[in-house]
Amino acid sequence: MRKINMMILALSMSGSALAGGMNDDPFLFMLKMDKFELRDADEGTALAWDAQAWAGRDLNKLWLKSEGEKLSGEGTEEGNLEVLYSRAIAPFWDLQGGWRHDFRPTPDRDWLAFGVKGLAPYLFEVDATAYVGESGRMAAALSVEYEYMFTQKLILSPELEMNLYSKDDEEVGVGTGVSDLALGLRLRYEIVREFAPYIGVNWWNKFGRTADYAEAAGGETSDVEFVAGFRLWF
Amino acid sequence: MSPSRRRFVQGLAMGGMAASLGLTSRSLWANAEQQQKMPTLRGTDYDLTIGEQVVNFTGTPRIGTTVNGSLPAPILRWKEGDTVTLRVKNNLPESSSIHWHGIILPSSQDGVPNISNGFHGIEPGTTHTYQFKVAQSGTYWYHSHSGFQEQTGLYGPIVIDPMEPEPFTYDRDYVVMLSDWTDEDPTVVYAKLKKLSHYYNFNERTHKDLMKDLKEKGLARTWSERKMWMQMRMSQRDLADVTGYTYTYLMNGQTPADGWTGLFRKGEKVRLRFINGSAMSFFDVRIPGLKMTVVAADGQYVQPVSVDEFRIGVAETYDVIVEPDDGAYTIFAQSIDRSGYARGTLTPDAGMQAAVPPMDPVPNLTHTDMGMDMSAMGHNMHGMGGMDMKGMDHSKMAMGGMDMKGMDHSRMAMGGMDMKGMDHSKMAMGGMDMKGMDHSMMAMSGMDMKGMDHGPHPMGGKSTPVHPSDFSSGKVVHAPTEYGPQVDMRAAAPRYRLDDPGVGLRNNGRRVLTYADLRNLHGTNDPREPDREIQLHLTGNMERYMWSVNGVKFNDAEPLRWKMGERLRITFVNDTMMNHPMHLHGMWSDLETGDNDFIPRKHTVIVQPGSRISYRVTVDAEGGWAYHCHLLYHMLGMFREVQVS
Repeated sequence: MRKINMMILALSMSGSALAGGMNDDPFLFMLKMDKFELRDADEGTALAWDAQAWAGRDLNKLWLKSEGEKLSGEGTEEGNLEVLYSRAIAPFWDLQGGWRHDFRPTPDRDWLAFGVKGLAPYLFEVDATAYVGESGRMAAALSVEYEYMFTQKLILSPELEMNLYSKDDEEVGVGTGVSDLALGLRLRYEIVREFAPYIGVNWWNKFGRTADYAEAAGGETSDVEFVAGFRLWF
Repeated sequence: MSPSRRRFVQGLAMGGMAASLGLTSRSLWANAEQQQKMPTLRGTDYDLTIGEQVVNFTGTPRIGTTVNGSLPAPILRWKEGDTVTLRVKNNLPESSSIHWHGIILPSSQDGVPNISNGFHGIEPGTTHTYQFKVAQSGTYWYHSHSGFQEQTGLYGPIVIDPMEPEPFTYDRDYVVMLSDWTDEDPTVVYAKLKKLSHYYNFNERTHKDLMKDLKEKGLARTWSERKMWMQMRMSQRDLADVTGYTYTYLMNGQTPADGWTGLFRKGEKVRLRFINGSAMSFFDVRIPGLKMTVVAADGQYVQPVSVDEFRIGVAETYDVIVEPDDGAYTIFAQSIDRSGYARGTLTPDAGMQAAVPPMDPVPNLTHTDMGMDMSAMGHNMHGMGGMDMKGMDHSKMAMGGMDMKGMDHSRMAMGGMDMKGMDHSKMAMGGMDMKGMDHSMMAMSGMDMKGMDHGPHPMGGKSTPVHPSDFSSGKVVHAPTEYGPQVDMRAAAPRYRLDDPGVGLRNNGRRVLTYADLRNLHGTNDPREPDREIQLHLTGNMERYMWSVNGVKFNDAEPLRWKMGERLRITFVNDTMMNHPMHLHGMWSDLETGDNDFIPRKHTVIVQPGSRISYRVTVDAEGGWAYHCHLLYHMLGMFREVQVS
């Protein structure tokens, strides 16, 4: 990977007619596994991930995002993939637009996505996206994260995630309004900047119709899970 | 590599070029110059070969960029008045170049690819010949102006002996070249900064500092002090982009574990020629137990000033004279962010060393460093009864209640003193004594403070009653190009801070050199008043790691077009929280210190964070010139081409 990175760098820095052949804005590539963790859910051990990759330059980037969860021994319970174009619109904010594909639960759902990602005052990392789907369905997802430094390498990071839907969609088990909310607290140790194992706790709750659907299917509507995993990027 | 690992490998005492001289202390006496570990080349004809070579500073062998097999490159010792010929062969697999930093010469000899007249770099396998008359004397240096070669080792000292006798005496003469070495590929360093701008910063404020602040200052004050930083999404510890986490700081190519050694005999006066040949590192230099008499700055004589410590920005040079007693002394150069240091020893005996002092605590940037210190008004408004704002204690100012957007200075040019835009109702100035201030501030709305700036300033005490702010029109204007995703801060009240030693050096109990101390030894070279003024804002987005001038990066910028023969005033406004060493090629920067009669000449001028500073330029050199921040990873964007015709 390092080699590929170097090649991309070399390519993007060469051929420039600038002083000394320097380009301040090289084409870069980044893969970031924000979460890769095991959760001790009531229903068994689950594997969850939240990964992003981007390629581009300072102000324009192409993003791939994926998050999901899989119960051990079973298939993927939840999973989506987003392809987004992002453009910097303010010192700390990027506008993102593109497509989201929910490949689990079935049937698949496709959405047009439009949102913002950035650093809010008081250093909150915010990712807020609105979605427009088939037959006029609308949805929204919000994630807010903060980092509290115990030491230079030991970092506590509280996080809030929530989803909203405009219409009931019984087939995939989501209902109108706030469908679910998760509060996470993860304590990571950055062995190096790029690699940090963590432990934490994750509380989630399903609300309204979404909770009803889950109950009807014999599932849980709320859980407190202990998690352990790692964060990785390059 | 973790810091502890680094310290361990430094402890292995690895030699830079593994070029142990194997000489006894006796033979060292015979050839003190060799102690530099850089060969000294003399005369008028030079053959320099740029190549690659295995070096080992950390315990891991790496490829360095060398000149004649030396890293740093050899010391070139020229004579003022000579014409020097330098044949530079490039054995690298990529284009290369050498720029003679601070040397006044024709554009075609300046060595900046695609900017210097007719020069497009030295292609692999070819030889380029530089030839020019040496029109000055003093301490300078040379380095590559291609890619990141300067980071990998292509830098070396230049010492030019004067035609006229020097205005001071000394018995021994050493170059002390400071630099930073990383085992990482510089393109990787740059990519990391783009992906995570605080990647190398392991000095952030943590839980421990918070608890300490809470205990000492209480919740309200701790909150109010930190609120603005959090609102602006900035760190009070944003002191250096690249740090000791990856850097090994070198003195004359020696690691701190090895330490460079300079010998003297008791009673001798030693001249030390400090050169900061770093890619990214500012150093605070002192020699515990010794006063240093600064006699030259950037190669030019200044009126001697005795100090305990000085900050040397990237690319600056300072000549000092010390008079050591009979003992060993540590030359201690700590990086501005206190993440490491370069070290050497002055000693009468090669076997003797002095204690290495601990590094100073990591400083916090203040409101002053953000250009938010409104006590600037105190200065500009000197003589306005009851208006002395110096007493305003910003630590007590709960800036939190202030709408930072409202402070966005398109509306509120604090520099220009138009206070109308400042919404006092939104400023929760709790704890601050508003009595004296309120009134005067009211009176200020609508007042054209610019006129006041120019008014007489009865300052008394100084022989030349001038304040630097008199030089400039005083109005700070943030151009429309400064608004956008590429710029994350604009200084609200950028002050002239010539007498400010800078973050980390304030009130440290030592006499620290400031620009206000610099006085040309021989008087001002060109007493003409400037014909026009150019204001350049140093801008950036520290989070995205983008750097620019006036919000426009080099790729997108038109050249600055100057007229041959004109006298310019350049006013820099630093709209970032970092120090930027600004370097103008080909022409001198006559620094406006407030003393018109003894304006010092520099080639590189530090612009402190959130400050402004001005200098005059006599445009006396035709052709294309580079004008840029000398921090290597800033330079790519924070760069302008100058065309003189």
